[in-house]
Amino acid sequence: MKPLLIISAGTCGLARGADEIIDAAKEYQRKNRLQKKFDIKITGCHGLCEAEPNVLVRFNGKFIFYQKLKPENVKDIIEETILKGTIIKDFLWFDPKTKEKYEKIDDIPFYQKQHRILLGHNVLIEPKYIKDYLKLGGYSALGKVLKKYRPLDVINMIKKSGLRGRGGAGFLTGKKWEICRKAKGVEKYVICNADEGDPGAYMDRSLLEGSPHGVLEGMIIGAYAIGANKGIIYVRNEYPLAVENLRRALEQAYRKGFLGMDILKSKFNFDIDIVRGAGAFVCGEETALLASIEGEVGRPRSRPPYPAEKGLWNRPTNINNVETWANVPQIVINGANWFSQIGTKGSKGTKIFSLVGKINNTGLVEVPMGITLREIIYDIGGGIPAGKKFKAVQTGGPSGGCIPHSLLDLPIDYEGLTQAGSMMGSGGMIVMDEDTCMVDIARYFLDFTQQESCGKCPSCRLGTKQMVQILSRITEGNGEYRDLELLEEISENIKASSLCGLGQTAANPVLTTIKYFRDEYLAHIKEKRCPALVCKSLISYVIDAELCSGCTVCAKNCPSDAITGEPKGIYTIDQKKCIKCGICLTVCPSKFKAVKKVSPPVK
Amino acid sequence: MKKVENILREHRYQRSRIIQILQDIHVQYNYLPAKVLKYVSKRLKVPLSKIYSLATFYTAFSLKPRGKHLITVCMGTACHVRGATAMLSEFERRLCIKHGETTRDLNYTLETVNCLGCCAIGPIIVYDGKYIGEFKLKDVTKVLQGKL
Ligand SMILES: Cc1cc2nc3c(=O)[nH]c(=O)nc-3n(C[C@H](O)[C@H](O)[C@H](O)COP(=O)(O)O)c2cc1C
Ligand code: FES
Repeated sequence: MKPLLIISAGTCGLARGADEIIDAAKEYQRKNRLQKKFDIKITGCHGLCEAEPNVLVRFNGKFIFYQKLKPENVKDIIEETILKGTIIKDFLWFDPKTKEKYEKIDDIPFYQKQHRILLGHNVLIEPKYIKDYLKLGGYSALGKVLKKYRPLDVINMIKKSGLRGRGGAGFLTGKKWEICRKAKGVEKYVICNADEGDPGAYMDRSLLEGSPHGVLEGMIIGAYAIGANKGIIYVRNEYPLAVENLRRALEQAYRKGFLGMDILKSKFNFDIDIVRGAGAFVCGEETALLASIEGEVGRPRSRPPYPAEKGLWNRPTNINNVETWANVPQIVINGANWFSQIGTKGSKGTKIFSLVGKINNTGLVEVPMGITLREIIYDIGGGIPAGKKFKAVQTGGPSGGCIPHSLLDLPIDYEGLTQAGSMMGSGGMIVMDEDTCMVDIARYFLDFTQQESCGKCPSCRLGTKQMVQILSRITEGNGEYRDLELLEEISENIKASSLCGLGQTAANPVLTTIKYFRDEYLAHIKEKRCPALVCKSLISYVIDAELCSGCTVCAKNCPSDAITGEPKGIYTIDQKKCIKCGICLTVCPSKFKAVKKVSPPVK
Repeated sequence: MKKVENILREHRYQRSRIIQILQDIHVQYNYLPAKVLKYVSKRLKVPLSKIYSLATFYTAFSLKPRGKHLITVCMGTACHVRGATAMLSEFERRLCIKHGETTRDLNYTLETVNCLGCCAIGPIIVYDGKYIGEFKLKDVTKVLQGKL
């Protein structure tokens, strides 16, 4: 087989310069007339975002992984590896935990414990064209379904597989389809929820960018099973590349006869439209999403009736998440039994998590349900950078909670996470170390929810606001003991009297941090101290006289002239003038490290 | 109003497509001018109050003219734990505006976003469509001098 240079070019890769790598590779190939010697493939994200821009070189059946490349490295890769077969050690992945360099992608610890049913495709598919997907057996699931199965067979198969929704609540997908199939109505809809609003989660984006046809095929199969002729993909406005790749994929699917009238001569008709969101988090909630598609303000309504019975334009509508849809063709091809063997008793298959925050190997990981947090964070994620200590991991976005060290051996599935007070959510997993303040995190999430609350339910609108005020008060050093009780009381009220999931789960970040990190709250309240040195009102910047060498850099950069001293002497910060912007800390040369944060603040 | 008419036609004057129509208008003008909204209201027979409520509900829309340069600071969780708040405060301080506002000389608009899906390279800002990852406090000056 011809050698192949596979360039990872999802949004994150491009942001780190993958476009320059692509240009350099194409240019070198053209100039040296090497078109016959090797091919170039531009794919979606390979998952190990930490290593962007990265490439895979395929030769002799091996996939060599080169990372953190610069455009000038491309020439070496082509000359040495592609043409001569020599491996360039400098570009190999160095694992911070094992302290080893790895040649083949499969050997890298980050990939070893993963089970990449969905993400694995991203490496092999050039999303601009449909041919790669077809070569991997794409649309054969659709062919099989249309030829061999009745709609009910498909529903039974998905039910048997145990697939549950990947968008948050984890409802059984096959069951949802069945309800929608049985619902009365001539016209039915299927919708793909690609609003992906949880901050810190981007697996749906990666699937849409890297393998859009997988999602489309899932939707077409679902529509056939449900009896819908119209589909809509509601995609987040902030994902331009995903929209572009989806648009192109739709055109290709129409041209090949996978969409439109009489699909694959089966008499089944199905169309898909794209609707872009307009930047409201709550529109990820299914009834708000429907309102938004109808051209209304995106406010949730009460359920029942569920969308499966009364959805878009009051017609039966089945809504599933991107990842849910992407699983469908895999189940059809490999069988329900194959799928249900992966995972735990109640949660089948794999789940994609975005492992981000204070973690060595940042990226998208696809793991079997039931894996422990410890395995994800330490074996796959390579642990915490800079020798810092792990503090917590936040899952489930603004609806989720912070899970402490003591629960690291918790098997990850829908029930396990709920038990810990958190949620699966869409799969964001934000790792926090000792430098993260848990009170600040709780405030951050409540602030988020408060801003995104649509305002319909008073308890959510006002309750979140009041909680933000209390949490701000604590971070500013004005908290009182009874604030903790007050927070818990408001939490119960919001939970009990909100219409949608946004309000019902809004308190989770607060409740879990109070439960697991009570001492941090108490330090803020009692000692007016922020142990993580984050809360601005509770810290001071000071210069360590023993370490300061009088290099003047901090004084020159201080925006409020708060730093004074003599060159070569010792500098001091006037706390009255200091605005705590932190610039002195970032500019102080690392060989001195003389600027420090202290808490409680200097009087 | 010819441009607006074209947009309306593209969406077949469908009232249900009002959000998409506003999005296209926003791309065209970089904000939603009041006189355009009045025109749309008349042409589609949609009450202006409804258009106004949509324009204020969805964060993608701005009713005020926006600056020549757009700075977006990611305030997603991953960027937050990596210090995004300090970056935002520094931009606010230097530009003398709060996020969501535009400088008086119409040079800069400062906005925030909840996650761009590039958490690996956080904290991240976007300057006129260009993603700048691993952003540091001292880079603020470089951005405002147009050097990044
Ligand atoms: C506030 C809120 C935000 C949500 N955001 C999303 C989202 O971004 N993506 C998503 O797929 N589901 C989201 N959901 C869940 C949806 O309401 C719905 O349950 C899901 O799309 C159903 O698909 P599934 O069964 O495949 O998970 C959200 C729910 C709530 C309450
Ligand atoms: S949190 Fe900033 S890119 Fe995700």
